[in-house]
Order: sequence, then structure tokens, then C-alpha cells
Amino acid sequence: MPELPALPSILELVFLAVALLTAVGALVVVLSPNLFHSALGLAATFFGVAAVYITAEAEFVGVSQVLVYVGAISTLIAFAIMLTRGMMYGTTSQRNRQSGTAAMIAALMFVVLTALMNAIPWPKAGEPITDGEAIIARLGSMFVNEYVVPFVLLALLLLVALAGAIVLARDRK
Amino acid sequence: MMTWSDILTDVQMRLGAPPELEPLARAIAYFIGAFMLVNGALVLALILIWVTRKVVSRIQDRIGPNRIGPYGLFQTVADVLKLLSKEDIRPDNADQIAYVLAPILSVFPVLMTLAVITFAPGFVGVDLNIGVLYLVALGSIGIMAALMAGWSSNNKYALLAGFRVVAQLLAYEIPMVLAMLAPVMLAGTMRTQEIARAQALYLGPINLGLGWFVFLLPGAFIIYFISALAEAEQTPFDLLEAESELIAGFHIEYSGMKFAMFFLAQFLNAFFLGAIAVMLFLGSWQGPFADQIPLLGPFYFLVKTFLVYGAIQWVRGTFPRLRIDQMMSFAWKVLVPLVLSLILAQMIIMKLPIPTWIGYLLILVANIGVVALMLRLMTRYLKQESVGTKRSFTPKSLIGTMAPVNQVGD
Repeated sequence: MPELPALPSILELVFLAVALLTAVGALVVVLSPNLFHSALGLAATFFGVAAVYITAEAEFVGVSQVLVYVGAISTLIAFAIMLTRGMMYGTTSQRNRQSGTAAMIAALMFVVLTALMNAIPWPKAGEPITDGEAIIARLGSMFVNEYVVPFVLLALLLLVALAGAIVLARDRK
Repeated sequence: MMTWSDILTDVQMRLGAPPELEPLARAIAYFIGAFMLVNGALVLALILIWVTRKVVSRIQDRIGPNRIGPYGLFQTVADVLKLLSKEDIRPDNADQIAYVLAPILSVFPVLMTLAVITFAPGFVGVDLNIGVLYLVALGSIGIMAALMAGWSSNNKYALLAGFRVVAQLLAYEIPMVLAMLAPVMLAGTMRTQEIARAQALYLGPINLGLGWFVFLLPGAFIIYFISALAEAEQTPFDLLEAESELIAGFHIEYSGMKFAMFFLAQFLNAFFLGAIAVMLFLGSWQGPFADQIPLLGPFYFLVKTFLVYGAIQWVRGTFPRLRIDQMMSFAWKVLVPLVLSLILAQMIIMKLPIPTWIGYLLILVANIGVVALMLRLMTRYLKQESVGTKRSFTPKSLIGTMAPVNQVGD
């Protein structure tokens, strides 16, 4: 009797579904003629990436991804599109003059990511990994110890951006 | 500690399956758990709607539904049947994909909440190490659903209402999340089960189960409760919907079961935000003798959650609606500064080199100070408002007196 190929495990099936969602979402972003559909596709992609993180047992990163990207960034983008009425209805072209440059940058990005993937020593299957709780605790203490200066600088940058936005949007009497 | 999924997996494996099928058994266990929880939530919605109708009508001196079934219990079932048989009307030029997806997306995060709700010790969908952060992240998905519904209906009123919903939900998310941080800091973990266990109170060897965080953090609890009312779009923050005076906001173009799904999401959201309040502030399944008699755990949890839900309905039956400018300024000028100062005070107190009980006492004092300040600010604001607007009678308290209007001679 010939050896049957092993059935995919449940985690593999879940990963397949999640990867499909991510890829289809990304394609919708690029190919949809309607800008709002692109924004929705982007939200779906962010969600799929979060799910990929969770299947890789990085729950903290995954949930932060949902919180920041799906919750805040996608809403912001959708708002920006909605408030510019001309873009909301009607269609936009999927191509513009910068498609050559964009293709080059995308190819470069692909090369860099592949090189990075090969360079990082990933843990083997079955190897023990650090407990999630310990990772969060370490992340927190690193933010206020080793990386306190960049952390505070980032906070300052965000504060300046916030104040700047208020100044720009204020009614000028 | 054994969780229910371990037990169920164990039961399946004892039926004589080879050990390599254990992942499959675990997947089946999780599927059964998720199926039961989600369907339980959908049945729960029927009860919640009945409770709302009964409580609000009693407050308003009415009887409420009383025809179908005992005490009108099956009124909601009849309503659901009616909604199911309704024609599914779609507006012309509606964006088909987003229009159909929006109601599903509004129910999805609410049902996902169930995964980390602690009904009893060991009885939790997944014991996530970031349980509370997960709840926060889910809250932000509902905003997208409202935007999608508003935009895809191809109706300018729906779109405007969608913007208003987003403004309200974003504004009140901040005080809510920061208020949730207070019990997390006290428990030192984001695991919902651990937070529940941290609220035990030992008197010798016996767990009285009354070390609820609300006794230490009343200020954070009140801020959470107010923000949760706004997040669930309940009175006094239901001006987006205002079913008694306006058309229903961003879901104006929806009919039949799609319309019902937005309402399902709203009722379940109110209940689950109450459940989160119980988990974080009211001791979850903790209570007297919950350790000795395990069945008391889910009983305590459900009783507490229904009491919080009842309080939400009480507010709904009692308070008038806020104006949108009042609502926004209350969030940004009152709640956010208060909760930020509360968190800061708690952080400093927890790092002071003093005995724990003095620290707890100081936290309690800080919380009471915050509540007092909030009441003071609100009273001052209400006085200003009553000077600015003409009223038929002078309100003496927050709710106003029920004294008859003095008739001035014509």
C-alpha cells in the first residue's frame, strides 16, 4: 500500500485560512477601483496579519496589531476617504505614473524580507519558547530601563503631533 | 488548574482514541465550547430584551409585554419571528459588500468577548495572558462596523450618524480603557482568571470572596461604568439612536434581520460590558463559599452581571439624554483628566515604601477624592446650564424635583 501524505494538522488549516484572508485583503487594496473598498481590504489584511501573529503564539503583538491598526489606523484612513467626497463615490485608476518605482521598491522589500527570514535563527518545532507573560513583563521593563530615552522621545513626538494637529485644525478668529 | 477544555479533551481521549488524535480531540472540545457559548449568548439576548422592556416599563409605570407566554416571556421570540419573515430591503446603489458585512461585523466583536469571560474557576474560553488587552482591542472593531454601515447605505443621514457614532465611541474608549488599567495594576496581571483570583479575601483559611476591587477603586469603577454606558450606546448617551425621537442613526437603511443584528449587538454589548465590570471590579465568580461549592461560582457571576445590567436599565428608565456637545466635553474635559490623575496617583502610591494596607487606604482616598471632584464639577456645570436655559421649574438635584410647575397668572 502506498504511503498516504500526512493530513494537514488543525493549526495548518487555521493558518491556511488566515493567510488566505491576508492575501485576498491585500489584493483588494491594490486591485479595487473603489477607494473605500481598498480601505476595508486594508483592515482585513491588518486583521489577517494579527491572526498570523496569534497562530505563531505572539498574542501580545497580535492583539496590539488589532488595537492599533484595525481599531485606529483603519478608522483614520476610512475617515480621511469619507471626508473627501470626490473620492468616496466614483472610481479611481489602479495605475499611476509611479508604478515603475513602486514595483522596484516592492521587489526590493521582498528581497530584504526573504534575506531577513533566512538570517534569523527561528526556534525549531518542539523547542521551548519563552512564556508570553515573561515576554510582556520584559518588554515593559525594557521600555523604562534600557530604551527609556527613545520611548520618551517617541511620546514627545506624538504629543507634538497632537498639539500641531489641534493648532492646524483650530478656527482662526 | 484544570480547565473545562482539558477535562473535555480527557473525556474524549478515554473513549479509546489513539494518542496522536489528541489535537483533534482538543479542537473538538474548543468547537463544542465555542458553539455553546455563542448560541447561549444568542438565547441570552432574548432574555435581555425582555428584562429591558419589563424594567423600563415598570419604571415608567407601565406593565410591559404580558400577552405571549408567562409574564410576556415569549414576546421577543414572536418579534424575532416577525423580523425573520420581513422583506429584506436594500437601497438602490448601496455598496453591496459593505452593506451586508456591516451587521455581521457589529455582532462579531461582541461575541468574541465571550472567549475571556470568567464564569467560574477553570471555566473560561481561553486563559489569555493578555485577556484585558484583548477586550480593549475588540472594542475598537465595532467602530469600523458603524462606519461601514453608515457609508454603504448610500444615505447622507446614515453617514452623518456614522460619524457621530465614531466620535462618541472613540472619545469614551479612552477613559474606559484607562479605568480598566486600575484593577490590572492592582492585580499585576492581564489574565482574567488571575484578576478574579486576586479579588479573594482570606479570613484565616476561609475565602470570603469579598476582596472586590470596587471597594478599593470606587472612582475607577464609576468612570468605567459611565464610559461603558457610552460605549454600549445606552441612555444617557443614546443620542445617536434616540429611538423615541429620531430615526435610528447609522442603521436607518437596514430592515428585517440585518436591522435586528445591530440591536442584538447593542443588547449583548451592554450585558458583556457589565460582565467585564463584574470581572474587573466586582470579584468575578468570587463570593462567600464559592471555593467550597463550585456551582456557586457561575451563580454569583450571573447574579452580579444581571444586577449591573439592571442598573444600566435603571439609568435608561430614569435619566434624560445628553446633548452631543455636553457628551463630548464630559468625556474629554472631565473623565479623561480625572482617570489620568487617578492612574498616576495609584502608580505613585503603589511604588511608595509603605505597608500594603496603608497603600490600599491611600488608593481608596484618592478614588473617593476623584468621585467627589466629579460630582462637584457636574453640579457646577448643571447650575450653569440651568441659568442659561429657561426651565419650567428649578432642579434641586441631578434628576430634578417632581414638584408641580408653579402656574404664573396669564
